[in-house]
Amino acid sequence: MADATPKSGSVTLSGKSIPPPPFRDEVELHPIDASKLGEIQQQLTFVEKIWGNEGVRKTTIVIMLLLVWQFYAMWKNDTLTVPSAVEAHRALWNDIKTGELLTYTWYSLKLLLMGYAIGVAIAGVLSIAATFTRIGRDILETLTAMFSPLPAIALVPLAMIWFGLGATSLVFVLVHSVLWPVALNMHGGFRSVSPTLRMVGANYGMNPLSYVIRILFPAAFPSVLTGLKIGWAFAWRTLIAAELVFGVASGGGGLGWYIYQAKNSLDTPTVFAGLLMVIVIGLAVENLVFRTIEVMTIRKWGMQV
Amino acid sequence: MANPYAAETVNPEPSPDGKVKLGAPLVQVDGVTLEYKTTNHRVTATYRVSFDVHRADRFVLLGPSGCGKSTLLKAVGGYMSPIEGKITLKGKTITRPGPDRMMVFQEFDQLLPWKTVLQNVMFPLRVAKGLSKSDALAKAEAYINKVKLTKFIHSYPHTLSGGMKQRVAIARGMAMEPDVLLMDEPFAALDALTRRKMQEELLQLWEDTHFTLMFVTHSIEEAIIVGNRILVLSPHPGQVRAELNSVPVSDAVAAKNLADRISGLLFGEESRRISHG
Repeated sequence: MADATPKSGSVTLSGKSIPPPPFRDEVELHPIDASKLGEIQQQLTFVEKIWGNEGVRKTTIVIMLLLVWQFYAMWKNDTLTVPSAVEAHRALWNDIKTGELLTYTWYSLKLLLMGYAIGVAIAGVLSIAATFTRIGRDILETLTAMFSPLPAIALVPLAMIWFGLGATSLVFVLVHSVLWPVALNMHGGFRSVSPTLRMVGANYGMNPLSYVIRILFPAAFPSVLTGLKIGWAFAWRTLIAAELVFGVASGGGGLGWYIYQAKNSLDTPTVFAGLLMVIVIGLAVENLVFRTIEVMTIRKWGMQV
Repeated sequence: MANPYAAETVNPEPSPDGKVKLGAPLVQVDGVTLEYKTTNHRVTATYRVSFDVHRADRFVLLGPSGCGKSTLLKAVGGYMSPIEGKITLKGKTITRPGPDRMMVFQEFDQLLPWKTVLQNVMFPLRVAKGLSKSDALAKAEAYINKVKLTKFIHSYPHTLSGGMKQRVAIARGMAMEPDVLLMDEPFAALDALTRRKMQEELLQLWEDTHFTLMFVTHSIEEAIIVGNRILVLSPHPGQVRAELNSVPVSDAVAAKNLADRISGLLFGEESRRISHG
C-alpha cells in the first residue's frame, strides 16, 4: 500500500496516550513443500491407543470394583451377609449351567418385550395424534402429566385386583412404565423437528402418514431413541420389582422370583447371582442393542456426536 | 410433453407497433397482501404486491429486512395464503406446497441428515415425482454432477461444508425440474468467497437449462449478479418500489449505476448523502 503511514497522531484515552500502529515493511513468503517437514502425522503409542478406548477404561473400573468386593468379603468372612465375588459368580455359573437361571431370565424377558412393544406402539399412536391435532396434543400432555409421576409399582395392587396373579398383570404394569416416558420423548422429538425440515417435507407433497414415517420419525430419531432407552430402563426395573412383589403366587416366575426364592432359603450367593444377572442384562441391552442402533443411525447421520 | 408456454415466453418479439409482446406469465402475483401472526400482533408483511414472472426468468425479490420478501416467496411456495389478492402458477391458484415449486432454503439443515447426498436428491424424485429407481438414480447423478459433487455422492450431509450442502439442495431442487425454483437467501449464510463462487455456478447452471428462478436476497450486489429482473420492495409493510432490468456485471459502470439507483430507491436521500461523502 502506498499510504500505509497513518496521518493522524496519538489519541488520548483515560489520560493515556495511544499512538497509531507502527509502520512495518510488507512480507511475502512461499510455504515450503510439506514433504520436507518430516512426518506430519505420527502414530499414537500402544498405551495411548489402549487407554484411549472407552471400553478398556470402563472394564478396568469393573475389575477394580470386583477386586474391592472380593477383598472386603474375604476380610469380613461371612457368606450369609456378604458372599465373595467368587462365590457369587460360582452360584451364577452353576445356575446358568443347569439352565434354571436362563429359564427364569427368559420368562422375564418375554414379558418385558411384550409390555415394551405394546407400550411403544401406544406411545407412537398418541404422539402422532398429538402432532397433527391440537386435541391430541392436549390429551397426550394431560395424560403424561398425570401418569408420568405415578410409579408403575404403585399400580401392582390394582393390577392384581383387575387381572389376577398372572402375566397379564405384569404386562399391564410394564405398559404403564414404558408408555409415558416414550410418549413424552417421542412427542418432544416430533415437536422439535426444525421448521425448515417440515417445510422440505411439505414441499414434496407427501400424505400425512408418509410424512410421519419418512420425515418426522427419522428427524426426531435422537429423541425417540432416548425415549426408548429410558422406557427400557424403567420397564426392566419395574418388572424385577413387580416380580418380587407378586411373583410368589404366579405360575412361572422370573428373575425377581428367583431372587425372592433364594432370599427365602437364605442362599445369599444366589441372591447376588440374580442381581448380577439383572445387571448383566441391563448392560447388554444398553451397550449392545442401543449402542449398535446409535452407531448405525444418529452417529452415522451426525445427529449426535 | 407439450408446453403451452414455451413458444410464447422464450423469445418475446417486438410487435409491429414497437412494443414488446409478452406471453402469459408463469407465476402471477396479483395484489397480494400477506399477514403473519406473532403472539400479540398481526403483522402485515406485504401490502398489495403485484408482479409477473416469466419462463426462464431469474426474478429477484430484493429489499431490506422487514420488507416481506421471504414471506412473499413462502406464499409462492404455498406455505401461506394471501389475505387479499392471489398467486397463480400457470394460471392455477396456489393453495398448498407442491413439488412443482421446489424450495431452496437459507438454512444448512434443509438436507435430510439420515440420507446421503445421492439419497437426498433421489428422495423427492421417488416420492413426489414417482420415478422408478433407475430413472431417479440417473437423474440424481446427472444433477449432482452438474453441481460438481460427484465425489461426495455417498457422503452424509454433516460431513459437507456449508457451500456443498447448499449445492446439494440446489441439485435436489433442479433435479425435480420444477416449474419454478424458489431460493430464499440460499447463499446468505456462506462466507463471501464461497458466495461469489456459488453465484457464478448458479448462473452457469441457468445457462445450461434456462430454469425459472425466484431468488430472495437483501444484497443489492447479489441481486444484480443473479437476476435478470429485480423487484425492489420497500419495508414495513413490503410494497413494490420498482421492477428493474439487471445489467451484466461485466459492465462495471452500468452495474455501479444500477446499484446506486437501487440504493437510492431503497434508502432515498440518506444513501445519496452517504455515497457523496
